[in-house]
Amino acid sequence: MSKLHVTTSVNGDEREFLCGPGETLLDVLRDELDMTGTKEGCGSGDCGACTIMLDGEMVCSCLVMAAEAQGRVIGTIEGVAEGSELHPVQRTFLDHAALQCGFCTPGFIVAAKALLDRNPDPTETEVRYWLAGNLCRCTGYDKIIRAVMDAAAELRQERTPA
Amino acid sequence: MNAPEKKDSFRLVGTRPVRPDGVEKVTGKAVFGPDYKAANMLQGAILRSPHPHARIRSVDTKKAAALPGVKAIVTGDDFPNLEDAVVQMGEAAGNIADLARNCMAVGKVLYEGHALAAVAATSEAIAQEALGLIDVDYEVLPHVTGILDAMREDAPLLYEDNFTKGLDEKPEKPSNVSMRIQQTQGDTEAALKSAAATVTARYTMPPVHQGYIEPHACVVTWKADGKLDVWCSSQGAFNVRSLVATILNVEMGHVRVMPLEIGGGFGGKTTIYLEPVAALLSKKAGRPVRLTMDRADVFRASGPAPGAVVDVSLGADAEGKLVAADVEFRYSAGTSPGNETHAGLISSVGHYRIANFRVTGWEVLSNMPKHAAYRAPGAPQVNFALESALNDLAAKLGIDPLDMRIKNAVVPGDMTMHGTPYGEIGLLECLEAAKAHPHYSASLGPNQGRGIACSYWVNYGGPSTASVAIGEDGSVMVIEGNPDIGGSRASMAIMAAETLGIDYDNVTVTIADTGSVGYSMLTGGSRTTFATGKAVIEAAQTVIDIMRARAAKLWGCSVDDVAWSDGEARCTGGEKAGETLSIGNIAAKADSTGGPISAESSVNPNDFLPGFAVHICDVDVDPETGHASIGRYTAFQDVGRAIHPSYVEGQMQGGAVQGIGWALNEAYLYNEDGKLDNPGFLDYRMPVASDLPMIDAVMIEKPNPAHPYGVKGVGEVPIVPPLATVAHAVSNATGSPMRDLPLTPDRIYGLMQSKA
Amino acid sequence: MALSAFHTPETIEQAVALLAGDPSARPLSGGTDLIVQMQSGRSEAGAIVDIKRIAGLNGIRSDGDGFVIGAATPCTALKEDAALVAAWPGVVEAANLIGSVQVRNRATMAGNLCNASPAADSVPALVAAGATCLIAGPSGEREVPVEAIPVAPSKTSLQAGEMVTAIKLPKRSAGGSDAYLRSIPRTEMDIAVVGAGANITVDAEGVCTSARIAIGAAAPTVVLVEDAGKALEGSGFDDAAMEAMAQAVRNACKPIDDKRGTIEYRIAMAGVLAKRTVMIARERAGGTA
Repeated sequence: MSKLHVTTSVNGDEREFLCGPGETLLDVLRDELDMTGTKEGCGSGDCGACTIMLDGEMVCSCLVMAAEAQGRVIGTIEGVAEGSELHPVQRTFLDHAALQCGFCTPGFIVAAKALLDRNPDPTETEVRYWLAGNLCRCTGYDKIIRAVMDAAAELRQERTPA
Repeated sequence: MNAPEKKDSFRLVGTRPVRPDGVEKVTGKAVFGPDYKAANMLQGAILRSPHPHARIRSVDTKKAAALPGVKAIVTGDDFPNLEDAVVQMGEAAGNIADLARNCMAVGKVLYEGHALAAVAATSEAIAQEALGLIDVDYEVLPHVTGILDAMREDAPLLYEDNFTKGLDEKPEKPSNVSMRIQQTQGDTEAALKSAAATVTARYTMPPVHQGYIEPHACVVTWKADGKLDVWCSSQGAFNVRSLVATILNVEMGHVRVMPLEIGGGFGGKTTIYLEPVAALLSKKAGRPVRLTMDRADVFRASGPAPGAVVDVSLGADAEGKLVAADVEFRYSAGTSPGNETHAGLISSVGHYRIANFRVTGWEVLSNMPKHAAYRAPGAPQVNFALESALNDLAAKLGIDPLDMRIKNAVVPGDMTMHGTPYGEIGLLECLEAAKAHPHYSASLGPNQGRGIACSYWVNYGGPSTASVAIGEDGSVMVIEGNPDIGGSRASMAIMAAETLGIDYDNVTVTIADTGSVGYSMLTGGSRTTFATGKAVIEAAQTVIDIMRARAAKLWGCSVDDVAWSDGEARCTGGEKAGETLSIGNIAAKADSTGGPISAESSVNPNDFLPGFAVHICDVDVDPETGHASIGRYTAFQDVGRAIHPSYVEGQMQGGAVQGIGWALNEAYLYNEDGKLDNPGFLDYRMPVASDLPMIDAVMIEKPNPAHPYGVKGVGEVPIVPPLATVAHAVSNATGSPMRDLPLTPDRIYGLMQSKA
Repeated sequence: MALSAFHTPETIEQAVALLAGDPSARPLSGGTDLIVQMQSGRSEAGAIVDIKRIAGLNGIRSDGDGFVIGAATPCTALKEDAALVAAWPGVVEAANLIGSVQVRNRATMAGNLCNASPAADSVPALVAAGATCLIAGPSGEREVPVEAIPVAPSKTSLQAGEMVTAIKLPKRSAGGSDAYLRSIPRTEMDIAVVGAGANITVDAEGVCTSARIAIGAAAPTVVLVEDAGKALEGSGFDDAAMEAMAQAVRNACKPIDDKRGTIEYRIAMAGVLAKRTVMIARERAGGTA
């Protein structure tokens, strides 16, 4: 079976890979590009652990064919922090103890950042519905919601001109 | 949240620093089970039975073996022939042969998804293709999945040689009932007859899954020297080591298990599924082999906690004092005996003072996967029944359900069901805190209901090892063997730094592999912060003693004249009196005072104390559709002392929400063909963020006097009360008793309709 | 059958030729059903025809006073079109109940329709709206009502080589609006146990002048309940008319018992949801004070 050659942008870097026509973008990110921060919890779009940004929108990478990535712009958890500078949502997750096992955390952080990038002042209900596609089995969501609300408040303050 | 007692006597215990492994986990760098790769690794795949019950007439692997890229194939015949032998497994004992046959079927497949062959190949695609080329000749057998169905005399038998244990006489005929246990006290029948009020009812629930988001995965290499390296996420690397070594009949020291970060377990990763299979594939192929489950495999072939059918008769006098409880519960176990039935028995009525009780437990085998522990294993099911009956009884007597519990709660000195008196327990304090909390007196609107329940979980201590090593520059390393499943590195660092008198940030914590630290029992039983914490504290104290001796040598004084405070040695006598030496100073001169400074401590404490929790829940029920939504939820818990309060609250909140899911929506649904109808997160409906309010966690701190910092286990008990709490709330909102879980909208609607 | 090719046609003609030339080929738009089915082995696609690179298939354009929604337009994009939201709020909300935000950023209404699930959330709303779809095929283009596409669970009326290229919503008539509700056990992430879409028009006196009610997950395909609409027409949404409407809905239900709901519950909920949906549409139409 012939492989497809795909060129794409991942976290700002141009990346090339070969993939079979049936491989998902999640498979390629994890197995070909060694970016294992994006997790597989279900492979059917029901848990959100594999959430990435595709052309600026958050999607489940298990529900994207790898070949679709040709010429697209991909963002993963590995690109959320700028160097060693954590994104506010990453910091508030730590401050609020919003992770226990940490397996769902990358998906939550990518999704939460996507929310805050478009809505800097979400209500608790908006946060809960935005994150409904991300399953967490450890925390009961309480501290995750607080961390996202707190990051939103911090970002609003940053964005307000002095 | 109340403040810890004597808060000011601690510098760090009770504070909320960032966990040591936090940055790795929020940046996607932490390496979990499915993330690990070994050089030159093969990918494995497992052939699983499509039938719930069948004899394997033959397995023909010739075509698969001929497929280019296939490097090894394993079937049940490749496993060593094991005698039935009971060994320590996870949190309790079990039969090693049962476990081996669960990893790979021999003779019969016993549930849909039962592994019966495996392939290792140069790619996942080739491994999958090879599975399709394996010919299996099945003789399909009748199957049974329901508890009461499996107990019937004419039920299809899983084993011709299973005779119920624990009956007065050995039964003449085999059955699917593996065990009956009973504990009695007083004269239950007479006490029920003379009770002022009684409630008798049956309660049921299907099996549920732990629902960890990380599927099982491992990489194993069986090296040419006969030794094995295993990389996997589990609740205990030592547990994996002993199970793998025993099943494969190799020396334990020849199996080295590297613990990867674990993506949730809740008891479900206290056993093994893949590791021996990957090991045998690796042995044949001469290369490392990775095996992973997909989500459907996880649901079909791992996990579930017992479903249950529970009959309760509960009686009280006119003042609400409980006089008798007759509890008969039947737990499913899947294909082989487990331990939940014992745990169910000791979790049943022991949190109340009841003079007369008879508790009978039955363990029932059926064509479902071998069950696994799930957070307070065995307690939620029987607790749901007892607490629901108690709520009905309180209503019958016209007594407030919290007052009813306060009247009957056990206090220090009362007897547990397992025969020792309760120590410094805080059940009464939890109940009183709940009664005083504004939630309990808040007004309710139409179609709203409030529920409460309370619960007990035994907790555990057990063996642990930890070492504390001082670096050449004075930095402090804690090395321990308990996988960090919910922030335990942070609590270990806090306890080490508190003991040594240094900053939290000066301590690093490593979870070592089985070749690098002494034995620790697994992370489970709410034991890690308690028992491994004791080992860490003890090792830190030994290191202090060593450093005092080194300082005495440097000062030329008696060690009795060296005190330790604020992280440094202080000379209290002789000509150097008043001088201090920091850990760094002492470490820098370690070579001239006796060599490296470190200490390992191994403990096996049994002075742990149980956990108690009281939950209050408000629900809104849509009278036209039967949808119940959680409006407000407050959890009270005797937590001993919270080392890192955020992670204690996290346990309370997470446990509560797992219990809410169990109450409202989660269920294993087997169809008539004995196949699991919902092997995915779409239809195995765990709570999502929009289903829930904030979960208010109220920590009641009644320290354990046997632990230097007062620790009690906190992880398990919070999953116990939500089942009855939510059901009580829905019952109060609708006026119909809710005795069968889950409380899906159609079930609630049906009950409302039949009442109307 | 192993997947052997991944095509990225740039025109509808190329896509149709690829589909016509390989009966095992499947069009891919959002992929939120197709990829799940391929991964689980339920779909044996031999080739993928990704239609997202075809010019004009991703986006919404006005067509007179109606709307043409390209087959590759993700559900979340519908919310960004203010005119569409104003005219067909029920269709937009139905499409934005599917899955999660992650799923809706990929999933399309055309895919939801062609997956032919009786529980597809957007379909009852589209049927109530009187939507049509444009189909391209080897013998040219045709336009059919959306309810003509699904014929049974997982089965469509599309012929070999055909694909849906767009969904068309008609002009919103004055005094009209629509709504969609579904019943699920959780608040998100579930497949509808029952769904109900309503599209109504109300005159200045508050009298219903037209009504279309469609029900999902209550029969092998989404059902347009014409009697339900008739029961409302000419009424002021009084209790008797509403109950007659709900009874017509219940009469039209032919559901099954499955893991997601019972026959009894589905029938009862179809009536409850139909009433609630009508009342929301009525309020949106300005029919209540």
